[in-house]
Order: sequence, then structure tokens, then C-alpha cells
Amino acid sequence: MRLQVATRHAIFSVLELAAQPHRQMSAVDIAEKYAISPNHLAKVLRTLGREGIVDASRGVGGGYRFVGNPKRLTLFDIIAIFEPIGPTTGGFEAGDDTSEGQALRLVMNEIEDTARATLSSITIDTMLKIARRSKGASIETVIRKAAGQ
Amino acid sequence: MAEEQHFTIRPACAADIEPIIRLDAAVTTTPKPAYWEALFKDCQSRRKQHFLLVAVKDDVLLGFIAGEIRAWEFGSPPCGWVFAIAVDPNTRLSGMGADLFQAICDAFRRAGITKVRTMVARDAQLVMSFFRAQGMMAGPFVELEKDLDE
Repeated sequence: MRLQVATRHAIFSVLELAAQPHRQMSAVDIAEKYAISPNHLAKVLRTLGREGIVDASRGVGGGYRFVGNPKRLTLFDIIAIFEPIGPTTGGFEAGDDTSEGQALRLVMNEIEDTARATLSSITIDTMLKIARRSKGASIETVIRKAAGQ
Repeated sequence: MAEEQHFTIRPACAADIEPIIRLDAAVTTTPKPAYWEALFKDCQSRRKQHFLLVAVKDDVLLGFIAGEIRAWEFGSPPCGWVFAIAVDPNTRLSGMGADLFQAICDAFRRAGITKVRTMVARDAQLVMSFFRAQGMMAGPFVELEKDLDE
């Protein structure tokens, strides 16, 4: 499963801001750490602001602040703001009216149900704990762990 | 959010079974007294493999956790399984669930176990989030099932 760029930016921003909820951070500060475009990130932060997840203040010393509940806000909540997610309920696709098409849909729905359950169960607070545990691990180790090896 | 609670965690005794049955029935809406009575007997007869711990405050049982050490099921080396946890709804967010989980993990560690597992319904978001918050991640097994009347 690959997340869209805006979704990844949103998750990184929320994690960065939630890690230090009393601190205001600028889009540039966050963009630098994750090597992403500050302009694109600013758009993402505005969307998060409209959703009541971050609060923006202007002027000197201004920036963004996390105002959500880290023990309740889940990865699923954030992803759902930026991209469609969930069982394959979209429109009719060629082959859907065959038994093979229905079998394929059944299997794809099983995968998506599992993904949804996983994303719905991981809160921002839990993500921060996972990030702390991953600190110092090489990217190869993280990929191997993610692949269950 | 509930206030900070001060409670004791200890192995269940016979007098705890009735309150465990009541708390479980309140949380799951499915009373199963015979199950809990049998589980308590198992814990008494196999104290090093079966664990039923309770959280008590002012002599009132407010939470419990149950688990056991299973060896070589599905080819897995011995590991601890948590198969039930419940906390009185008015006591939630006090850290009792986390302390119960830590207590049973400590019991597994003392028995030489280095891995703990559980199984959660996919749509039980609250329970799944709880175990995730304790550091649990997806394991190497996938649960499969089949309707036998197919």
C-alpha cells in the first residue's frame, strides 16, 4: 500500500507537531526535516487546520500547533482526509458481474478490511512511540521488520 | 478523563470469580460463568502456565486480565497469550489496563517467555488501539476460518 504524497506530508506534520504540542512550528521547519516542499506542505497544513487538527497563528513566532487528541486521532482519520480508503465499493468494473470478478473483489476487500483495521487502531500517540522505538534503526532493518522478516 | 487511581494487582482468588463474571458480562454483554470458573481452576492447577490477574481498589475488583503460556501451537516456540482483558468502564483511562498488561507480561518474563501475543476482532477498534498502545504489532500469523455448513 502506498500513500499519496499529500497524505505522507500530513502524517509527518501531525507527528512532528504532536511530539511537541506546546511548540509552534513553521511549515519550513517541518519541511526541512522531511526534505519536502514547504509550499506543498503549507497547503497540507491548511487542510489540517480546516479539520481542527492543527491551529495556525500568524506573525512573528507564529506557526502551527497540534490541537487534536493524540490518543484518539488515528492514522485512518488523517489518511481519509486526503485520499479515498476502504472496501472496494467504487463503481462497477469490467468483469465484476462474473463469479471470477466477485471472487477477486472478495479477496481485495479482505485485504482492504485488514488495512483499514490496522490504520484505525494506530493513534498518533502510538505512532510516536513506534517512531521512538525505530530511532537509530537502519532503513534496511525497518523494511525487514515491516515485511515480517 | 478519570482521576489517577491507586489499585493493587494480584493473582485472582476464589472470591474474585463472581466479580470477574459480572465485569466480563457487563463489558462483553455475554455472561459465561462456566468459562470463568473453569479458567480459574486451570490457573490453580497450572500456576506456571495460566494466569488470571485482578486489579482491586478498596476491595472492589475493577479489572482483570487472563492469559497463558502456549508451546508449539502452529509451530510457534513457547509464547504468552493474552486472551481476555477488562476494565470497569468508569475506571478507564486511569492506566489500569496498561498496568494489568504489564503485570501479565512480567509473569510471562518470569517464566522465561520473550514474546506475547493476542488476537482481536478487526472491528474492535478500542481493544485493538489499546494493545497497539502497549507496543503490540501484527505478528507472523494470519487467522483463517471457514463456515462448516458450506
